[in-house]
Amino acid sequence: MITTELAPINKDELMRSMGSKNLIAEDAVYLNDLTTLNLGPTHPATHGIFQNILQMDGERIVSGEPTVGYIHRAFEKIAENRPYYQITPLTDRMNYCSSPINNIGWWMTVEKLLGVQVPQKAQYMRIIMMELARIADHLICNSILGVDTGAFTGFLYVFQKREDIYEIYEEVCGARLTTNMGRLGGMERDFNDIAIAKIKKFIKDFPPVMKEFQSLFDRNRIFMDRTIDVGGITAERALNYGFTGPNLRATGVDYDVRVMNPYSGYQDFQFEVPIGESGDTYDRYCVRNEEIWQSLRIIEQAMEKLPKAEGGHFANDARYYLPAKADVYTKMEALIYHFKIIMGEIDAPVGEVYHAVEGGNGELGYYLISDGGRTPYRLHFRRPCFIYYQAFPEMCVGQSLSDAILTMSSLNVIAGELDA
Amino acid sequence: MQLSNRSKKVSNKKMTFAEKIYLPAIAGGLSITLKHFFRKNTATIKYPEQQRPMSQVFRGLHILKRDEEGRERCTACGLCALACPAEAITMVAEERKKGEEHLYREEKYASTYEVNMLRCIFCGLCEEACPKEAIFLQNNVMAPAFFERDQVIYGKDKLVEPVKKV
Repeated sequence: MITTELAPINKDELMRSMGSKNLIAEDAVYLNDLTTLNLGPTHPATHGIFQNILQMDGERIVSGEPTVGYIHRAFEKIAENRPYYQITPLTDRMNYCSSPINNIGWWMTVEKLLGVQVPQKAQYMRIIMMELARIADHLICNSILGVDTGAFTGFLYVFQKREDIYEIYEEVCGARLTTNMGRLGGMERDFNDIAIAKIKKFIKDFPPVMKEFQSLFDRNRIFMDRTIDVGGITAERALNYGFTGPNLRATGVDYDVRVMNPYSGYQDFQFEVPIGESGDTYDRYCVRNEEIWQSLRIIEQAMEKLPKAEGGHFANDARYYLPAKADVYTKMEALIYHFKIIMGEIDAPVGEVYHAVEGGNGELGYYLISDGGRTPYRLHFRRPCFIYYQAFPEMCVGQSLSDAILTMSSLNVIAGELDA
Repeated sequence: MQLSNRSKKVSNKKMTFAEKIYLPAIAGGLSITLKHFFRKNTATIKYPEQQRPMSQVFRGLHILKRDEEGRERCTACGLCALACPAEAITMVAEERKKGEEHLYREEKYASTYEVNMLRCIFCGLCEEACPKEAIFLQNNVMAPAFFERDQVIYGKDKLVEPVKKV
């Protein structure tokens, strides 16, 4: 006999058997009504390899369970077998939208451990590169948020300017995406004339494009309806999770590592910290846009200060910074230092050090323990994306699926940084 | 929460009447996109025929340089292999025999020198490590696409700079 009626089920038992811990299914009479949906691992709208196992009640999300580790490459373990200078290429591949920030943040950590004083000029050069990277990162995030709401045009307009930023990287370090920028004690080379001309051109050309981008989105009703009160999080919950960066500032907490704990000479610059109201997607969008303007302001100030800055583009410390190539070819002492540095035999002290920079997504920290050897004893990356992703299920419960995509997009979770 | 005196509130979620009726926004948006429609588009590069100028310091495909007399500069010291974070470089050193002085600059040379282009991440650390001015990353040549795995391991036949014809 075939019965069409469903047998009554024990709700708690079924939830347990599905493996979910935080199921909120008050509306659903039977769990049979819920649909399990795998958002990811290779869903085009998640912009990366994430998996979210969502319990859906129709179009509403009842609960979500994120899976991490799809592109885990064990960077922290690999770093234990690499000399300090070979770890920079690893940091490139974490938040690949703003790799110069990662590179330079790592060098500043090592400099903190070794006690290297970086000259002012090198610091300002680093600031220019880091702020350019921040602009590129925020441009990606905001324009992709536009794509997710259905507006493709703005994305294409600002992408041309992002291309200009990548050309500046190319002129400074020789690569566009995986930059491997900076050296222990400074930068690998001074800005050449083309690089300076390109930066100046960018400062001049970028504001109209950005204004145009904002005029397409900022006060557009469709965009506002899609983003306001979507994916909100309170300041208290955000702080409990450990949010930093634009996502925390969108909730109204003006925490910025550049202001609270200045590094690389950020105390010499005038800029404001944009904050939002209630931490929803629209707030995050607005905060990122304003940060782009503030970054541009910092770059302008740094370009003015650069010619007057003291020192060269590297610290004059023969123990750590590679000697000039002409000396390596001709002088014995320089050759010995060259071999010593390349083989990683720098005299690192025993100790532990934490250094954090304001990355594209938030506080990007490096916790380094050295036992005096040529490699780190232990290295931990504090990756902001990993923290945001923990809060993602909580933020998208009760929303529709398309809003969950927006939430994810505006949190700017980058798979490379999430998994390291 | 106020932590510094630099904060600035940026988001305004109240819509004015003009924004609510949406029609002006449609017109504004359309005018922007229409302006782009008539603007000369200079962003696209028709790639294989047209190539953009690369930076002088761009890190492209490797080359093993010869010196002024056409002898190989590499002495197989192994510093590039050591500096390689991707462990892409391997080499076998050999002693230069009598009568080979016109081929190799120093008494030792690399009999095989291989770069695995699948492993290589083009970070430029080998170029920086080389104390003999031998290995460089060219700024105008990229690693081409391949069809077989063994085409990707570049030996000396592909890496060493061809002899200049007089």
